[in-house]
Amino acid sequence: MTDARIITGNQAAAVAARLCDVQVIAAYPITPQSQLAEILSQFVESGQLRAEYVRVEGEHSAMTVCIGASTVGARVFTATSANGLLYMHEQLHWAAGSRLPIVMCCVNRGVGAPWSIFNDQQDSLAQRDTGWIQIYCRDNQEILDTVIQAYRIAETVYAPVMVCYDGFVLSHTMMPVVSPAPAAVRKFLPPYRPHTILDAANPLTLNSVLLPNRRPDAEGTLCDGYMEMRWKLQNALDRAPEVIREVNRSFAEAFGRDHGGMLWTHRTEDAEVILSGMGSLAAEATVAADALREEGIRAGVVGIRVYRPFPAKEAVEAFRGAKAIVLFEKSISYGYEGGLCSDLKAAFYGSGILAPIHDHVAGLGGRDVKARELVEAVKSSLARIQAGERDLKTTWLNCATE
Amino acid sequence: MGRKLMAFFISRQRKERTDNMKEIIWFGRGGQGAVVAAQILAESAYLEGFRGVTSAPTFGPERRGAPVTASTRISEEPIRMFSQVEMADIAVVLDETLLGVVDVKGRIRKGGTVIVNTCAKPESLGFAADVDVAAVDATGIALKLRLMKEGAPVINTPMLGAFAKATGIVSLGNVEKALRSKLSAAVASQNFETVRAAYEGTTLSKVKG
Repeated sequence: MTDARIITGNQAAAVAARLCDVQVIAAYPITPQSQLAEILSQFVESGQLRAEYVRVEGEHSAMTVCIGASTVGARVFTATSANGLLYMHEQLHWAAGSRLPIVMCCVNRGVGAPWSIFNDQQDSLAQRDTGWIQIYCRDNQEILDTVIQAYRIAETVYAPVMVCYDGFVLSHTMMPVVSPAPAAVRKFLPPYRPHTILDAANPLTLNSVLLPNRRPDAEGTLCDGYMEMRWKLQNALDRAPEVIREVNRSFAEAFGRDHGGMLWTHRTEDAEVILSGMGSLAAEATVAADALREEGIRAGVVGIRVYRPFPAKEAVEAFRGAKAIVLFEKSISYGYEGGLCSDLKAAFYGSGILAPIHDHVAGLGGRDVKARELVEAVKSSLARIQAGERDLKTTWLNCATE
Repeated sequence: MGRKLMAFFISRQRKERTDNMKEIIWFGRGGQGAVVAAQILAESAYLEGFRGVTSAPTFGPERRGAPVTASTRISEEPIRMFSQVEMADIAVVLDETLLGVVDVKGRIRKGGTVIVNTCAKPESLGFAADVDVAAVDATGIALKLRLMKEGAPVINTPMLGAFAKATGIVSLGNVEKALRSKLSAAVASQNFETVRAAYEGTTLSKVKG
């Protein structure tokens, strides 16, 4: 117990990147960057981390440098938030399309306009379709452990991983975090051995224009068209849950901490109402569920840890017993509802789960979400459901909507 | 955790709370070190054996001299609650002029404790009868022991001594250890002198049984 240090989420992420022996870090150092990039620059400057630190003029370039470095075989890391992540968007597609095992922390923050520096998850949710694996952390220990797991997942699946954690709520809050021994991390995560790298001694062209159909190359071998390449990315992410679960299991064996593979549950065995969400909001929901149980309401929580690939199969199992489902999301797909709500409904289609689902948008732009507010929201949902209401539109929690 | 602490928690358990979590709000002015005090308290409590500790600033813009708050949570179990602290079991006021500026009284739970940096007597500060009040002249102690930073007395560390005395949640030994983990040996020693002086100089409105 005494080996834990009381640190912020940003410090936890930086320590993890150091433990992973990252070789290249590229980051834009100004707003909306977090302290994470600053701590890493200190590690490099002081010689605690032998890495190339590239300061770039914008986030688009940060990801471009990561792509270049990863293409020549380096283990690379970057971090950003909010509009910085949006500015990277084009290169996020490029990184995933190139099948590069880049790991990036997204310190979740609201997106402008209007300007906000505070927490929500609109930034990373807006990157849902880029081909990146997305993992949401619920506390600082999970941030440190997930960055380590992320490299092993990325380097197995050949897909980039975004490790997401709530800005301020976790990034600036200090709590006890255990740092594993460097030797143990090296054993769990051996050096990156890419199957293909760009090498001047063995020149090749990567990512040239592909035509709509498959075509034979100069030697007559029938090569993939654009669509086959894209199917391979989808297939890799389809198969990633197996890898994510295996990495979580081996991590638990090696370090004694199990964060759940694709999702985690809290008191769901006999739960009539299940609360769900991602990141620190889901952790807060476990406190709300405990409080609801004190009042005689059998509540549980399903925390969605991996959002892409989506844990559809696990979700069906985890939510099966629920008579009501109440969701809390820190993002929205404007003109419809929260993305998690849509995805869960799609996962439940044909599964026999017919429980009413009530979605809540909460905590946008840093509006604090307290366990007692979640308790009240769940009680209000249950009252409406018990009164026979089935057309439950998304509620904006603790927001003036008139 | 020691039996004494367990007894403390059991005696302080209130109806509206089912866990043993203690929520602490630090009221200060920008530059007085409320955030650092909240951190050192979290460190001290962890050394004391509490498995759950968090400390956080109030998220928002900060200006030197303007009222700021920071918070610490302390629990026997790992903490799963990262929302901002609303109501304090223990409020620590680094600057008594804040009592007329921000609503400190409205943010202390019934039966809670408030610790104020003041020359006044605890009874004269106007808190409700069900709140334990502790008073300490942290500014005077810092000036006397010459713990100064940028020309101003350092009051956040002596207030940790007052906290230890008024609540018994952390021991002086663990406050010292926490200070030593953050500061150089000489600076830690100088800071700890004020912690000890504040511990001895804290006046309580009620004598604890």
